[in-house]
Amino acid sequence: MVTSVTSLGRSGLSDWMIQRISAWVMTSYLVFIVGYFFANPNLDYAQWTELNSSLPMRMFSLITILSIAAHAWIGMWCVLTDYITVRLIGPKATAIRIFFQLGMIAVTLLYVLWAIDILWGI
Amino acid sequence: MLNVSIYRYNPEVDAEPYMQDFEVDTQGKDLMVLDVLEKLKAEDPTLVFRRSCREGVCGSDGMNISGKNGLACVTPLSEAVKKNKLVVRPLPGLPVIRDLVIDMGQFYAQYEEIQPYMINNSPAPAIERLQSPEERAKLDGLYECILCACCSTACPSFWWNPDKFIGPSGLLQAYRFLADSRDTATEERLANLDDPFSVFRCHGIMNCVQVCPKGLNPTKAIGHIRNMLINSAT
Repeated sequence: MVTSVTSLGRSGLSDWMIQRISAWVMTSYLVFIVGYFFANPNLDYAQWTELNSSLPMRMFSLITILSIAAHAWIGMWCVLTDYITVRLIGPKATAIRIFFQLGMIAVTLLYVLWAIDILWGI
Repeated sequence: MLNVSIYRYNPEVDAEPYMQDFEVDTQGKDLMVLDVLEKLKAEDPTLVFRRSCREGVCGSDGMNISGKNGLACVTPLSEAVKKNKLVVRPLPGLPVIRDLVIDMGQFYAQYEEIQPYMINNSPAPAIERLQSPEERAKLDGLYECILCACCSTACPSFWWNPDKFIGPSGLLQAYRFLADSRDTATEERLANLDDPFSVFRCHGIMNCVQVCPKGLNPTKAIGHIRNMLINSAT
């Protein structure tokens, strides 16, 4: 049992499940948006605004943004714990890794808040 | 004449590892890689490698043969030689002790981590703990592992985190005991594996499946462990 404090779900299974579910959410959002563009070739600003200001679409966008954030957190955490390790770059690795992990988490949270601001500002 | 290039490193003499070239007369025979190494050792006794059974049972002579991990004793030249050249290196990812001999301490430490023995605290029956043929069949494809380390040392996740990720070999063995009807420590075993590294650092690269000299499938076993964790934790 290896402990971890900066991973998203703290448990491997939880991270694995979030990764899979968020992938499905992102895929369905992508399919919906692309489908919508194809179904509305003469899309204008008014129609686009109407779509994005409806509550179901806002919810769908918000869930997708949260999914991207969770997916990125888990993925980036894996990359950082693979490559920024004492084994690979020496004794300073832990400090560097924590710096990048906290930076990554901060940027992710900022993006989420910014996205919420945009979604509810329409 | 077959061109053979071998990784040489004697830390007492060499400042750094180097590749040494040899020429070997195979007399047109499709020898095993181990036979070629034995011929070379007869000429140059300083060449060091592990070997024992010479028939793919003991798992001693795991090495990187022309870029792919395998057992030298069961890898024929016809599979390993490309453009009349054979390149032999030690298994990657673990420290080299000398020439083709690696320090497998980290590999065994991960094996120890999964408690590779039967745990059953109920009183032992007079003769033996019986299994049905179906229960026994679940161990096929798992018990055959000879711990040669070809799979774990071919796995990038094990290269980066050999101290945290158990690796394909250890996980195949972990599932061998999880799947055993006579073992009663399933929940404890699963609880020890549910962290972001032990099992879940496997990203399904499947190098392990590609190189296993016994034709086993650690990725499939890891999938079974994941399903057991999902069954127990949801």
